[in-house]
Amino acid sequence: MTKEEKYQKLREIVTIYLPEDVKVEAIRRESHFINELNINSANLVDIVLDVEDAFDITLENEDMDQMQTVDDALQIIDKKLEAS
Amino acid sequence: MSSRVVVTGLGVCAPNGVGLEAFTTSLQQGISGIRFQPKLKQLQFSCQIAGEPLIKDNLLQRYFTPLQLRGLNASGLVYGVIAGTDAWKNAGLPISPKEHPDWDSGIIFGTGILGADKFRESIYAIDEGNVRRLGSTSVMQVMASGISAYLGGMLGVGNQVTTNSSACTTGTEGVLMAYERIKSGKASRMLTGSCSDSGPYIWAGFDSMRILPRNYNDNPSKASRPMSATATGFVPGSGAGALVLESLESALDRGAHIYAEVLGGAVNSGGHRGEGSMTAPNSESVVRCIQEATWDAGLHVTDIDTVNGHLTATSKDPLEIRNWSNALAGSGTDFPFVNSFKGLFGHCLAAAGSIECVASVLQIEKGQVFGNKNCEDPHPEITDLVHPSRIPQKTILHQPKFLAKASFGFGDVNACVIFSAFND
Repeated sequence: MTKEEKYQKLREIVTIYLPEDVKVEAIRRESHFINELNINSANLVDIVLDVEDAFDITLENEDMDQMQTVDDALQIIDKKLEAS
Repeated sequence: MSSRVVVTGLGVCAPNGVGLEAFTTSLQQGISGIRFQPKLKQLQFSCQIAGEPLIKDNLLQRYFTPLQLRGLNASGLVYGVIAGTDAWKNAGLPISPKEHPDWDSGIIFGTGILGADKFRESIYAIDEGNVRRLGSTSVMQVMASGISAYLGGMLGVGNQVTTNSSACTTGTEGVLMAYERIKSGKASRMLTGSCSDSGPYIWAGFDSMRILPRNYNDNPSKASRPMSATATGFVPGSGAGALVLESLESALDRGAHIYAEVLGGAVNSGGHRGEGSMTAPNSESVVRCIQEATWDAGLHVTDIDTVNGHLTATSKDPLEIRNWSNALAGSGTDFPFVNSFKGLFGHCLAAAGSIECVASVLQIEKGQVFGNKNCEDPHPEITDLVHPSRIPQKTILHQPKFLAKASFGFGDVNACVIFSAFND
């Protein structure tokens, strides 16, 4: 999977959790999930689960703590994919 | 200062009609919502029929966002959201803008148990050591107050938002709690209602108590027979009903349509004393509840001209009629018109009171008393007290002046509310 494919896959996952007044176009690599995309912090748990399913990886609680931006998530996904 | 309280919005998600229009037609024409449930047969229930609202998938998208629909597995929550938001819209009330809630509007929306299917799903995951896979929504789908919390966010209300629970009395009790909050000036508008999940995990306990009919699995629409000599138990149901109660002042200011006035009511308990128990009512407390409700409404007991009973189609129906007769000092042709809607949709448990309050208010709105389904053979102990003409088989024209609606629940708890047509 290319970097771009991973990014697109992650965008699709994140899109469903956007509040109604945040457009899909607002998602950028540097976007902060909670502060910029206004995603409910409770939903970060669900994003993690969706990422696990989509990339067939398992994230630890510490990974989740570090996953603040879209880029953070991509890096964690890469790390997990390399390890597997 | 105490306000008069009126009903300005109705919503319903019932086994025999989702939405006011379909529900009204079913009530007027005696259309049953009780159907055979293959799942119950598969699980070897004795009673394999039930009342369950028919919800089309595309309907859900009108009430829930795609995100809310993800992993949603709580039928009562779905019914409650449909009925609750419909009632709010029906009252012509707006959704609050994003910044601030409407401080003068609140919600009392009850349930018995919420999200049983979601809870089951969670239990399987937990027992497999997969607690981290539950996701973020299992809590709000299984907490009892999930329904009032969901509606509170959807509508943006800022007054009291809570969930009451008193078994089959829940919905009627909620109407009175909302009434009192408005009457005391603590809120201008209250959305009140109740919901009950559907499915085997809700109904099983009643099947095992052997209080459900066993011989109608191939004839579901005949199974629920309130007040009938051939009644053999209540048919389990599910769904939700919702009413918007509002101070008369607020309703007149908005130019809202007024369906009816809530004149008063009463709640009490038999305390499992006398003949009362966890599952049986104490008649003395039932009679007191009905009488206190009429007095609270500023009426004499003989003023009541229409009764919608609890009347579940168990062997207790004749006793309930005797209690009404004693409470209202009426018998024969002096007894009010009486009906039970459970012949049409069964006993919707925690949702029963609210669905039946909606139907009762619709009788006032339409100037009708809806027919009693499956009561072509009224119980002789009932006809000893009440002339058969007071138990209409088919819908009749009659403008209820003072309607008493009561619900009685497990735990020996009672609630009775008095509705009237609105007269300025």
